[in-house]
Amino acid sequence: MNRRMIFYMVENIVKLEAVLLVLPLLVSLCYNEMNCLSAFSITLIAAAAVGVALTLIFKPKNKVIYAKEGFIIVTLAWVFLSVIGAMPFLISGEVTNFFDAFFETVSGFTTTGASILTDVEKMSHGLLFWRSFTHWIGGMGVLVLIMAIIPTDSGRAIHILRAEMAGPVIGKIVPKIKDTAKILYFIYFVITVVEMGFLFFGGMPLFDSAVHALGTAGTGGFGIKADSLAGYSPYLQWVITVFMLIFGINFNLFYLLLIRKFKPVITNRELWVYAGIVVISAGIITVSIYPLYNNFSDSVRHSFFQVASIVSTTGYSSTDFNLWPDLARNIIFILMFFGGCAGSTAGGLKISRLMILFKSIQKDVRHLLHPRSVASVKLEGKPLDNTILHSVTTYFSIYIVLIAATFLLLSFEPNFDFEANITASISCCNNVGPGLGLVGPMSGYGGYSDFSKLVLSIAMLFGRLEIYPVLLALYPKTWRKK
Amino acid sequence: MLKIIIVGCGKIGGTILESFTEEGHNVIAVDNDPEVIGELTNIYDVIGVCGNGTDCDVLDEAGVSDAEMFVAATSSDELNMLSCYLAKKMGAKHTIARIRNPEYNLKSLGFLRQQLDLSMAINPEMLAAKEMFNILKLPSAVKIETFSARNFEIIELILKESSALTGIKLMDLRNKFKAKFLICVVRRGNEVYIPDGNFVLYPGDKIGLTAEPSEIQKLMRALGIDKKQAKSVMILGGSRIAFYLSKMLIAAGNSVKIIERDEERCNEFSDSLDKAIVIHGDGAQQELLLEEGLDSIDAFVSLTGMDEENILISIFASTHGVPTVISKVNRNELADMASKLGLDCVISPKEIVTDVIVQYARALENSLGSNVETLYNIMDGKAEVLEFNVRSDFKQIGIKLKDMKLKSGILIAGIIRERRPIIPTGDDVILNNDKVIILAADQRLNDLSDIIK
Repeated sequence: MNRRMIFYMVENIVKLEAVLLVLPLLVSLCYNEMNCLSAFSITLIAAAAVGVALTLIFKPKNKVIYAKEGFIIVTLAWVFLSVIGAMPFLISGEVTNFFDAFFETVSGFTTTGASILTDVEKMSHGLLFWRSFTHWIGGMGVLVLIMAIIPTDSGRAIHILRAEMAGPVIGKIVPKIKDTAKILYFIYFVITVVEMGFLFFGGMPLFDSAVHALGTAGTGGFGIKADSLAGYSPYLQWVITVFMLIFGINFNLFYLLLIRKFKPVITNRELWVYAGIVVISAGIITVSIYPLYNNFSDSVRHSFFQVASIVSTTGYSSTDFNLWPDLARNIIFILMFFGGCAGSTAGGLKISRLMILFKSIQKDVRHLLHPRSVASVKLEGKPLDNTILHSVTTYFSIYIVLIAATFLLLSFEPNFDFEANITASISCCNNVGPGLGLVGPMSGYGGYSDFSKLVLSIAMLFGRLEIYPVLLALYPKTWRKK
Repeated sequence: MLKIIIVGCGKIGGTILESFTEEGHNVIAVDNDPEVIGELTNIYDVIGVCGNGTDCDVLDEAGVSDAEMFVAATSSDELNMLSCYLAKKMGAKHTIARIRNPEYNLKSLGFLRQQLDLSMAINPEMLAAKEMFNILKLPSAVKIETFSARNFEIIELILKESSALTGIKLMDLRNKFKAKFLICVVRRGNEVYIPDGNFVLYPGDKIGLTAEPSEIQKLMRALGIDKKQAKSVMILGGSRIAFYLSKMLIAAGNSVKIIERDEERCNEFSDSLDKAIVIHGDGAQQELLLEEGLDSIDAFVSLTGMDEENILISIFASTHGVPTVISKVNRNELADMASKLGLDCVISPKEIVTDVIVQYARALENSLGSNVETLYNIMDGKAEVLEFNVRSDFKQIGIKLKDMKLKSGILIAGIIRERRPIIPTGDDVILNNDKVIILAADQRLNDLSDIIK
């Protein structure tokens, strides 16, 4: 195993984080929040020092990495990132417990959006901005960002990209990893700025628009108000709805639009299934919640907002959907599993994986009817390899085990009931954010014990990195030399 | 950076792909075997498209419409020609097809190239045969590269125990032999050196040497490593390379004996090559080789389809005192091993093809400024020799070579002025319209100005 290369990548991540910390530092400066400013400065200096120290100790002899190193690099990078990212919360004193700060940062980077804060409106601007900024960084992936900046002369770096980006099959959009990473970040950046523009010119204050645009882009969901987005105008809620859906779409499709190839976008099956799921579930919810609002436009807006928020795993809310009738709540619950399209910033299982699962079930049923039948499973018109089918079904099994394990480990909570625990585990494993009941959109995770917070933090990492990287990093044999 | 599509990523295609990614081009690999594509995209920074290279949808997916270069290197000539034709029609700027069937190559190649609008038709077997032919002409060398229409040559030699070159400082050599020559690169073990005047050669070193063509024979004699030109050559294996090589050798008046296992191939050879002696038999049988006069021939060329067989039989031939033994070895690992086992002259067709295509791509990339005219990999790929045209915008025109601040690992090996080669000394200068031959170890040059610090 190429340990030097692993630490080389980690040290780059640490240095990158030092650079990224400059932004919230400037925000604190603007709002004249001295406490916050010093917290960011200390963290920044510490991160830079650790980065430089690691550089001096570990110099990679060769840059060859294999799939194994790719997985470990990604996991370690995210752990380092979260620990350092938690420092400003602690140093500023606005969060006093390490596990709280760690939970909050992991929730940020993994774009979950689950929060332990009880009174978010009291927080300083700098920390609020940092919280949402972690969504943005974590959404597209921090190693993808590294790839766009530092030179990687080996094609094998694709293993890192694969480990960090979500979806069953990861393809590059242009031949070079570096260029692919640049294009992805360019698209990401532009759409974020566009959303900010829509929000700002629609009457949202500048700071609020920035924070919400960052939160939507990463499909995170940290709000800055106690009632999330319920207090904003219907126009602003619609803007957020549309952009939450946009960030749940495969980014490769935006690139195809950019180079004016429209046909593959229009014929993209995953996109249509995604759109279908959104429209149908929002339609049913509209009917089911109509008696609550007695107003068609409100019901449509709230149902679409919540559906978009859950299916893209963002986690904003425009109303307390905990109070909705059971039919609507059940649909929301089911949607938590779905997630957006592969190659988007959304979490969850991903639509394409669901399509593959569904089609292989279809194939197996047909096989039972006609035992001699030969059938291939196709995705986007191309027959899928058996290894991919196999990996998707295996992934699904591990995914269920992960949720079950998280749920079991949450059993020691006196204050939380079955509903809260099961939705909390599902919500964290899928990087959604809010659950139902006691962890619903208007309440938080603050009441959990330190142990449960740690469990949920790890569950979020599992979910964001799609299980395997973290699993491999925890597997002792991976680390053995021979 | 060019956008290059490679169709067919087998032995040859894969090697081309590797060099192009090292050069930093945007490469798209097309192959109909998903496993090949999976493997390539894991190792190299390329995009893979799985499908048939003659399928327009596949070509479209690969983005052929804005590709600068399109290389078809599948095992089928017809498939290569068809996919190049389609690619050209769909907008690829330069198309290169691997065409190796002698029937196409000897008769209709010009016509085909014109009709299909091919930028280059490449025939690995023919190129390998040419290289072997060059060596047989000057048997003491292991490899010869010619530049600028045969006006300038770099000869690779391996120094034997008895060589007169060993044990002397290079600065004393010129005086000793009174011949104009330059030792421009030395490979010792796995290291490549650009030697200075204080460098001392040892037996076992592989050296690259340049001299004026008229002086080469004289020099070889002075060095005591002159072997007589191969007159009788034995070729093992009736492959395509064997066919081309025999044709060249016969045309040059040598006697050729070909040993082939398959009777049908034997018949084909005797039909098309009148003067060659074709033997039907298994070349792996030592008895047969001795019976056919292994002890008395000048050169032995092993060209069977199996690397291992070529290596082993070649070793057998060298132990029987054949002066020049050439063996074809395709796999790099085996080629290294073969040279460790004492085979000096190992030729790999895919390396030769890659040289030619990479050179073409560099020329494409540098259609402005000082062009790369010719490019060769020497010293088993550890160093490159490039020929540049000097344009008036080169800043070092008229400056004495000893006053130039060259990067380390760079040597000006020769200057060609009005078709006459100059073996440079510190007092020579580069003039406008010269051609300059540069040797670069462990680095890649794209422009003549890259040699200056």
